[in-house]
Amino acid sequence: MAGNRNWGWSLIRAYTVLVYLFMFLPVAVVVLLSFNASQFGSFPMTGFSLRWFQALWENDAVVRAFRTSIVLGLMTAIVSTTLGVLAALALVRYKVPGRDMITTLLIAPILVPEVVLAVALLLFLNFLNINKSFFLLLMGHVIFTLPFVILVVQARLVSIRRDVEEAAMSLGATPRQTFFAVTLPLLMPAVAAGALFAFTISFDDITGTLFWKPGGVETVPTQIFSMLRNSISPEINALGTVMIVMTVGLPLVGAGIARYLGNRRGG
Amino acid sequence: MSAVTLTDIVKRFGTFTAVHRMSLEIPQGSFVTLLGPSGCGKTTTLRMIAGLLDPTEGDISIGGRRVNDLPIHRRNLGLVFQNYALFPHKTVADNVAFGLRYRDVPKSEIEGRVAKALELVQLPNLGARYPKELSGGQQQRVALARAIVIEPDVLLLDEPLSALDANLREDMRVELKNIQQRIGVTTVFVTHDQTEALAMSDRIIVMSEGRVEQMGAPEEVYNTPASEFVANFLGASNVLAAESTGVNGDEVGLTLPDFPTLAIPRDRAPRIAGAGPAKLVIRAEKLQVRPPGPVSNGAYSIDAKVEAVDYQGQSARYFLRAGQHQLQAINMIDERPLPAGADVSVSFRAKDCAALPPETRE
Repeated sequence: MAGNRNWGWSLIRAYTVLVYLFMFLPVAVVVLLSFNASQFGSFPMTGFSLRWFQALWENDAVVRAFRTSIVLGLMTAIVSTTLGVLAALALVRYKVPGRDMITTLLIAPILVPEVVLAVALLLFLNFLNINKSFFLLLMGHVIFTLPFVILVVQARLVSIRRDVEEAAMSLGATPRQTFFAVTLPLLMPAVAAGALFAFTISFDDITGTLFWKPGGVETVPTQIFSMLRNSISPEINALGTVMIVMTVGLPLVGAGIARYLGNRRGG
Repeated sequence: MSAVTLTDIVKRFGTFTAVHRMSLEIPQGSFVTLLGPSGCGKTTTLRMIAGLLDPTEGDISIGGRRVNDLPIHRRNLGLVFQNYALFPHKTVADNVAFGLRYRDVPKSEIEGRVAKALELVQLPNLGARYPKELSGGQQQRVALARAIVIEPDVLLLDEPLSALDANLREDMRVELKNIQQRIGVTTVFVTHDQTEALAMSDRIIVMSEGRVEQMGAPEEVYNTPASEFVANFLGASNVLAAESTGVNGDEVGLTLPDFPTLAIPRDRAPRIAGAGPAKLVIRAEKLQVRPPGPVSNGAYSIDAKVEAVDYQGQSARYFLRAGQHQLQAINMIDERPLPAGADVSVSFRAKDCAALPPETRE
């Protein structure tokens, strides 16, 4: 009996390992090959080298795409977070008529397939005779990052007791001073998490960006996409590695900082 | 002059009336308690005084000034909540200093006043801690210090002791009353706990379903309840249907089946005008349960049977049957209570009775 059970567990363990391999092996291969010295972006490895990273650095198009992506991501994060915090405040703290309806509408972009959303916005702009521009690309990103910010901030806001704010006001703080002295600091972990979400989602996005970007503007994902059309260069492996570091590393660092702050003051 | 005046206050939420027309004067420096079960409108009343709710009708004045249109942050009130409501991201000292920062108090003065307030609530040396590092009782002391450091015109306490455990609650009760008397601040206290109300208040306002049932000194409310609700809410009472035979000098006559004819002092039946239906009220702890035998002079006595006993250590609650009446008695006991099924004699004095007219409510 005991032997049987052990055998069963071994099977489960092996299966788990297989699942993880399936999920992470492609990523690992990309990271590994980005350090390959060979001309070709494939096995066998011929030696360790940072030449592809250097090539990236010297590729103007890539560097420009990077700059665009980071600017776009940061601006998306700032706009989304500001709007998201305000929307969450209104929905949680005030009796807005049609509150449930508004919540559903604000969350809807998550539920609608991104292609549909992308095409819809594009057709809408056509209908209005508005040309594509960086500003509209930014607005597009705000539309589908906003729900994440609202969800995260709302969840946190619900847990902040109203009587803490009432105490602040009874002590002489105006509603606005109360927001900045009490509500916002208590909301900070959610605001930071929301901003990170917005940044990484924007940084990663390709579908919407392909539809909305004005001519001549490339973000890192669209840049990779167009590079792939020509050839599979080892540079792409290096670019992939940089993307992984940014989109995985940034939230981890953020979570670490949030936890540190939380421990220090008892969030 | 009264510190807080409510004039014909009404509060409605949609079609629901939370507070019916209510007028109230709270004298300077007094400790007034709004007492009642949950949903009786006591917290709604407190929140209207605080400025967290607007009255539907009527005026609120603080210190002789009408404050209806004055927002909460300009009313100069100290507010203490059941759940402390400390700022979790600020240290104890910063919590207490919060109100002073919005009052143009010079920086040099803030530190001294914070230290003094923390000393008053017996928490010196804890200024650098964060609220979550303190116990519930300590947190409530900090909340109190935070409220009184701004020298408020009125201190509003919303069930401040309810979240504490029983022993701590009794200590805090004494201490809170002490601090209130020392600084002499006018205080409005909201509670559903009759013991707290009786122990701390100069005046108790008993509320039920948005209406004031009775206002008065603790002894007055306790000894001469103005309604059946008050009689039952402040401790256990026996309320029995009776018939008044009319006022006879300093006494009011009452008859009811299975009881001797009673003569109750006039001041125990202030609202009985003449003959007619009435209610007899006797507190459970005023009924003396004894084995059958002669009773002391001047006391009334009836025969009863013990139906059940609820043993509580130093006292026992007896459930008695006397003719057609069901009675409750709470007696101090020596060693062991009388057993269920025992025949007993129940005695009480005329001055422990009160008579009410039958309930008339609009």
